[in-house]
Amino acid sequence: MYDITGYHEADSLATIFKIIKADPKAKVIAGGTDVLVKARERKQDFIATQLIGITRIPEMQGITMAEDGTLSIGALSTFKQVEKDPLVQQYIPMLGEAVALVGGPQTRHVGTIGGNICNGATSADSAPTLFTYNAILEIHSEAGVKNVPIADFYKGAGWVDLEPGEILVRIKIAKADYEGYLGHYTKFAQRKALDIANLSCATLIKMAPDQTIADLRICFGVAAPTPIRMPQAEAFAKGQAINDATLKTIGKYCLADTNTRNSWRASKEYRDHLVQIIPARNILAALKEDQ
Amino acid sequence: MNQTIEFTLNGETMHYSVDVRQSLLELLRDELALTGTKEGCGVGECGACTVIVDGETVDSCIYLAVWADGKTLTTVEGLAAEDGSLSDVQTAYVQDGAVQCGFCIPGMVLSSTQFLEDNPTPTRPEIKRALSGNMCRCTGYQKIVDAVADVAEKRQENADIAPVKFTRHA
Ligand SMILES: Cc1cc2nc3c(=O)[nH]c(=O)nc-3n(C[C@@H](O)[C@@H](O)[C@H](O)COP(=O)(O)OP(=O)(O)OC[C@H]3O[C@@H](n4cnc5c(N)ncnc54)[C@H](O)[C@@H]3O)c2cc1C
Ligand code: FES
Ligand code: FES
Repeated sequence: MYDITGYHEADSLATIFKIIKADPKAKVIAGGTDVLVKARERKQDFIATQLIGITRIPEMQGITMAEDGTLSIGALSTFKQVEKDPLVQQYIPMLGEAVALVGGPQTRHVGTIGGNICNGATSADSAPTLFTYNAILEIHSEAGVKNVPIADFYKGAGWVDLEPGEILVRIKIAKADYEGYLGHYTKFAQRKALDIANLSCATLIKMAPDQTIADLRICFGVAAPTPIRMPQAEAFAKGQAINDATLKTIGKYCLADTNTRNSWRASKEYRDHLVQIIPARNILAALKEDQ
Repeated sequence: MNQTIEFTLNGETMHYSVDVRQSLLELLRDELALTGTKEGCGVGECGACTVIVDGETVDSCIYLAVWADGKTLTTVEGLAAEDGSLSDVQTAYVQDGAVQCGFCIPGMVLSSTQFLEDNPTPTRPEIKRALSGNMCRCTGYQKIVDAVADVAEKRQENADIAPVKFTRHA
């Protein structure tokens, strides 16, 4: 038995707001693949509290495209739904490739992309990709709706900008942030399944007609307490031709922009090595996949 | 702390009052005496507790029992025919020697069964990926993958589809 004090299946956002207003400690639960594991481990905030189930709320489901080309991903989309979705496959394939690498099939059938982001882990496999697509998080509360760029949402390890009573409803990606881009995601882990990344990296690239880099976006997971973009490498890359020297310099700038650490999964030295070589591999893989 | 839910379990409609603190695994094993579903890790890592919910495998140890409301569930007890004869997947596991201690097998068989529904013409890497949420500490997996490949091949022969040829592990 889980040590919870009650369970409420919410049928609307208004119901969630009402319950949390009465009991600010009540915990929202989507697929539960983080919440129930933490409850099992008896982590503070995850026991002796009531849970509010949100998976049956209609406006948080489905993946759609607006008239202006903005893609909108319901927070409750499971990893499997994202991976198999035709809009994802056509316009933001890197996201589908990234979430296909989460856990095992059972985790992907239940775990949601919204929960992956709200959980705040730097290792979340959907996060680096969403950072490079400049995803906007549509967050609802009783006070109204706010749109938060994903880079502003992450505050620290396991810490996101979400007050009690705030619910991530949809994740949006503007057309300008995916059109013409090619991408590749690398999850560097010990095993091919059921493993957490030692380091992960999403790379999105747009080429100019003269075969120089028009835009490059790189985001690492597990290279800092939150996923982080590489401002120096990205600024340098604009206008460069793709050759050995360019790729090496991108790697050097990435090293300067990251802040890796030692952990039992991998040493700092190893991570620093990976930080310098993986973006280049991703760039070449992204361009190759296009051919 | 009970809620009454309605669900279909192995073809039978159930009305059941469940404790909201219970996992689906606890409901199945402790209340309904369906002990074919096993508990290994209890945290979603091993797949011993796999059941099929609305055509998708889930780890029942990290799935609340109340979530079964309105859904259709299959456990390993629901695979054999009325007369007790095994399903083709179960038979292949036996014939290919894919079972050692057996603890992982109910979960493996359910993952295999659902996967073959979704993908009747799988490649070997696809079979491996489909079973990657199920851990086995005994067999080394090859015979398990063989068993799934055999079922796919046999079903394709019966259905007269040109069978995909698998490279058999020595
Ligand atoms: C065996 C196993 C392997 C895993 N492997 C990986 C992996 O390889 N890569 C990876 O990235 N992750 C992995 N995970 C974790 C991954 O499954 C979770 O991060 C998942 O995405 C969380 O989604 P959920 O729906 O299960 O969220 P829940 O567990 O229900 O919730 C997670 C957190 O987010 C909050 N929350 C959820 N949805 C919302 C919302 N819409 N608005 C506001 N708050 C919300 C909850 O209150 C909670 O704090 C693994 C998990 C398991 C059990
Ligand atoms: S017991 Fe459920 S996954 Fe291990
Ligand atoms: S047969 Fe023993 S764990 Fe798989």
